[in-house]
Amino acid sequence: MTAATQRKSFVSPYDLPAPQGAEGWQDLYPYNLVFQENLKDVENGKFWFCDSQHWPNVFKPFETIGVEFAVRCLGAYNTRHYLIPPANGIEFRIHNGFCYMSPVAVAPELIADRVPHFMERAGFYFENWDSLLENWKKKVLGTIEEMDAINFEALPEMVDIEVITSGAGIDPTAKMMADYDRLIQLAYKNWEHHFEFLNLGYVAYLDFFGFCKESFPGIPDLAIAKMVTGVDSVLFRPDDELKDLAVLAVKLNLIAVFDKGDDAATTLAELAESSDGVTWIAAWEAAKEPWFNYTSGNGFYGSDVYWRDNLNLPMGYVQDYIVRAAKGEELHRPKDALIIERDRIAGEYAEILSGEALDTFNGKLGLARTVYPYVEDHNFYIEHWTMGVFWRKVRQLSRLLHDYGFWANPDDMLYLTRDEVRPVLFDLATGWGVGADCIGPSYWPAEIERRKGIVDALKTARPEPAFNEPPTEINEPFTIMLWGITTEQVQQWLGAEDGDPNVLKGMAASAGIVEGKARVIMGPEELDQLEQGEILVAPVTAPSWGPVFGKISATVTDIGGMMSHAAIVCREYGLPAVTGTGKASTLIKTGMTLRVDGSNGTVEIIG
Amino acid sequence: MSTYTFSFDSSEAPEHDRLGGKCTSLVIMTSAGMPVPPGFAVTTAAFDAVMNQTTLRDHILKHLQNLDPNDVADVDNRAAHIRELIMTQEVPADVRDATTAAFRALMAYCGGEDTPVAVRSSATAEDLPDASFAGQQDTYLWVIGERDVLQKIRECWASLYTARAITYRMANNISDEGLSMAVAVQKMVNARTSGVAMTIDPTNGDRSKIVVDSSWGLGEMVVSGEVTPDNFVIDKIMLHVVNRIISDKHEELVPSGRGTVIRKEVDADRRYSPSLSDPELISVARLAKAAEKHYGNVQDIEWAIDADLPPENNVLLLQSRPETVWSQKKREMKVTSAGSGIEAITRSLMAQIGDRAKI
Repeated sequence: MTAATQRKSFVSPYDLPAPQGAEGWQDLYPYNLVFQENLKDVENGKFWFCDSQHWPNVFKPFETIGVEFAVRCLGAYNTRHYLIPPANGIEFRIHNGFCYMSPVAVAPELIADRVPHFMERAGFYFENWDSLLENWKKKVLGTIEEMDAINFEALPEMVDIEVITSGAGIDPTAKMMADYDRLIQLAYKNWEHHFEFLNLGYVAYLDFFGFCKESFPGIPDLAIAKMVTGVDSVLFRPDDELKDLAVLAVKLNLIAVFDKGDDAATTLAELAESSDGVTWIAAWEAAKEPWFNYTSGNGFYGSDVYWRDNLNLPMGYVQDYIVRAAKGEELHRPKDALIIERDRIAGEYAEILSGEALDTFNGKLGLARTVYPYVEDHNFYIEHWTMGVFWRKVRQLSRLLHDYGFWANPDDMLYLTRDEVRPVLFDLATGWGVGADCIGPSYWPAEIERRKGIVDALKTARPEPAFNEPPTEINEPFTIMLWGITTEQVQQWLGAEDGDPNVLKGMAASAGIVEGKARVIMGPEELDQLEQGEILVAPVTAPSWGPVFGKISATVTDIGGMMSHAAIVCREYGLPAVTGTGKASTLIKTGMTLRVDGSNGTVEIIG
Repeated sequence: MSTYTFSFDSSEAPEHDRLGGKCTSLVIMTSAGMPVPPGFAVTTAAFDAVMNQTTLRDHILKHLQNLDPNDVADVDNRAAHIRELIMTQEVPADVRDATTAAFRALMAYCGGEDTPVAVRSSATAEDLPDASFAGQQDTYLWVIGERDVLQKIRECWASLYTARAITYRMANNISDEGLSMAVAVQKMVNARTSGVAMTIDPTNGDRSKIVVDSSWGLGEMVVSGEVTPDNFVIDKIMLHVVNRIISDKHEELVPSGRGTVIRKEVDADRRYSPSLSDPELISVARLAKAAEKHYGNVQDIEWAIDADLPPENNVLLLQSRPETVWSQKKREMKVTSAGSGIEAITRSLMAQIGDRAKI
C-alpha cells in the first residue's frame, strides 16, 4: 500500500446520502440524535466511529432509548460523579439508522483540578467496593421489582365502584400514563446504576493494564485479560443452568422425550406424565427465575427475545445439549483448567519481578480481580434482567394499543419515539373519556407504514466504519479497550480497498489457530443455522449466544476489543477469536474456508 | 542397554564415574526436557574392559613414572607409545557388539545408516570443580558408518594420552591412577534452520520475552553475523509472537554429505521467507524457556532444526550458557504507575494524559 492510495479521511456524515427509499430518515429520531446542518463545521471537526458492537442494527425510533440512557449515564459518571481526570463521556449521533460515537476529552488545563475530586470519590468506591456493591444489588433488584409490578390493561367500560365510594374521583387513565412515565424512569434509573461501578472497574483494569505494558513491553493484551478475568461470572449462569438440565435429563433417562425436538409446551406436557418428568420440570421451573431473564440479543432492541417469554429458545438449547451429553461429552466450561491457566500466567509474570515492582504487580492485580467481576456480572442484571422486564412491558402496552386499533401489528409501537407514545396515551384516554373514537387509529397505521419503509431501506446499507478525519494517534484507553478502535485499526479501515482482500487484521482476542468453514450470522434469529465446528462470523456477538459457543470452533467479529463480549466468551470457552476486523461479515461469505489465528489477530480466507 | 553403552534418553540415573563429564551433562539435559542431539555414551566400563583385559593399565602407569613435563620431546615420545598400545589393543567382543547395537539403533532413529555423527571424548576427570578440561581430549565430527565410528571411539580413548592431556593433568595434580573415559556418539546436526535465542529482550531488558534469531542452514553464519537473520520476539509466558522481522538471508552453510560443510547461496524463494514456521518458533521458545528454568538464570542458547529427525523431535539444543550482559544490569523500570491504591491509579491516569496531548 502506498501513501498515494491511502485515504486520509473518512466521508463526512453530511456527504453520505441516505440509501434509496430512506430519504428523510432524520425525522424518525429525536432532533438531538441526528447531525444538524447548522452544526456542520463543528461536527465535521470531530472523528466519529460506528458502534456496531452495541447497535449492530438500524434503530427503530423507540429503540433509541438504549443509546440515550446507556451512553448518557456512562458519560455522567466520568464527567460529574467521579471526575475521571482525562476523560469525559462520549457524544453520540444516529446516522442512516446506525450509531456513531465521539469520545469527549477534558481540556488539558482542567485536568489537574479534577484530580483531588477523583481521588476522593473514586477512592471511596474502591475502598468500600464490596459493601457498596451489595447495596447496589438491592437497588437494582428493587427497581426491577417495581417495574415488574407495572401492568398495562384494557380500560374498563365504567370506573370501579370504589372510585365512587371511596371518593377518589380519579380514573385508570391517570394511572396508565403515570405507569408509562414510571416505566421509562425505572429503566433510566437502572441504566444509571449500570455505570456506577462499571467505569471504575475499567479504571482499575486499565491501571493494571498500563503497569503490565510498562513492566513487560509488548505483553499480549490477551495475557493481561486472562490474568484478571473471573471464571464464575453470573453472565454464564443461564447457560450453565441449561447444561445442568440436560445432564439431569440424561440421568433421569428422559432422552426420548427431548429427542423429538418438539416445542417447549409439547415437551413439558409429555414430561408431566411421568414422575421423573415431573422431577425434571421442577428443576426447570427452579432455573427460570431469575436465569431465564436472558435474551438471545443484547438487550438494546425491542425485538430481543427473552427466554422466559419464549421457552422454545431455552428448550431448543437443552435439546441440543442432551444430544451431546448423551454422547458422553463434557458440556461445562473447563473452569478448573481456566483457573489453573490464569494462575500460571499471573505466577510466571510475577516470578520475573521483585521488590517494589512485585508488590505493585500484586496490588494492582488484586484490585483488578476484586473489581473486575462486576464488568462481566452487571450485564446480566441490566441488559438481560432489567431490559427483559422493560421490553415485556413495552410490548404489553404496544399490544394493548394495537387492540384499540392504533396500529396494524402488535409491536408497531416501536416505530414511535418514546415521547410520541405519551400523546397516544392521551388520545386513548380522551377517546375513552368522551366515549368517541380515538384519532390515532386513523393516523398511525399509515404513518407507521411510511416509517417501516424508511427503516427497511436503511437496513439495505451496511454502515460506514467512521466519519471524518481520525486523530493521528488514538490512545484514549476506553475507546481502545471497549471498541478495539486503535490507530492501526482505523488506518486499516482507511486503506482496506488496497490491502490483500484475503487477509483481515483485527484484535488477537482469544488465542489459538483454527481452520474451518465460515457461517456468517447477521443476528440472533439466524443462530440456528450454525453447524458443528463452523467458524462464527458476525458483525458482533452477544454473551447470550452462549449455547452456540459449544458448537463453533472460532469467532470473527467486525467490531469489538479485548473486552468485547465475543472476546470474553471465547476466552471462557477456549475458542480462538479475532475481533474488530472492520468488515469480516461483509467480505466473508458462508461456506468459505477460513484460517483464524486468535494469537496474532488475523483471518485468512483460504478457499 | 548393556553396561558398555548408555542412551542419552535413558531413564536410568546418570553416574559421572560411568559417563564422564560431557555425557553426564548430555543425559541430564535430555531428561530435563532439553532436546540435545540424540546419541549414546560408550561408558567407562568399555574403556576399563579394554584396559583391564591385559596388564595394559599397569604398563601405562609405569611408562609415565618420573616424567619431566618440561622435556617436550620425551613427553611426546611416551604419549605416542601409549596411544599406539591403545590403538592396537583388541576390543573385547561384548564391548564391540554393545557399541554396534547402540549405533544401529541411533541410525534407525535418524532415518539412515549413513547419518553423520560426532564422536566426542567424555573423560571422568573433566568438568571437575577446579579443572574444566575443556578441549583436552579429541572430538571427531562428521563421522560416517560403523567402521569409522568404532575407529574414532578408539582414537578418543587414545586421546586421553596426548602430550597435552598428560601435562595438563600433571599441572593440575590429577592422578593417572583410576583414570577412565567414556565416549559420546551423537548425531551431527543437519540443520535446515538454526540460530540463537535469548531468554531476555536485549533491547530493553524485558525478562518476559524470548528473542530468537534464525537463518537457513547451520548456525555459524548467524553467530558470526555473516547473514542478517530473521528476528522474532516471543512472549515467554503466553508463547505468542509479539514481533517478527523477516530478513534477506542470502547464504547458508550446509553439510556436503561427505564429512564437510559448504557455503551456498540461498535460492530466491527461500531467502525472503521465514526460516521458521510459527509452530517451530514456539518450539524454539519453549526450549529456551526450559533451559532458563533448568539453569535458574537467563540463558543464551544455540539451537537447530534438524532435517533428518522426526518433526516432533527435530528442534535441538546445541548450547546453553548464562546471558551476562542484560540480566546483570539493574533494570531501570519506569515507575509512573508503581504502588497500588487510588494514588497509584491516579498517577497512571495522569500519565496517560501525556499521551492524550498527542491527539
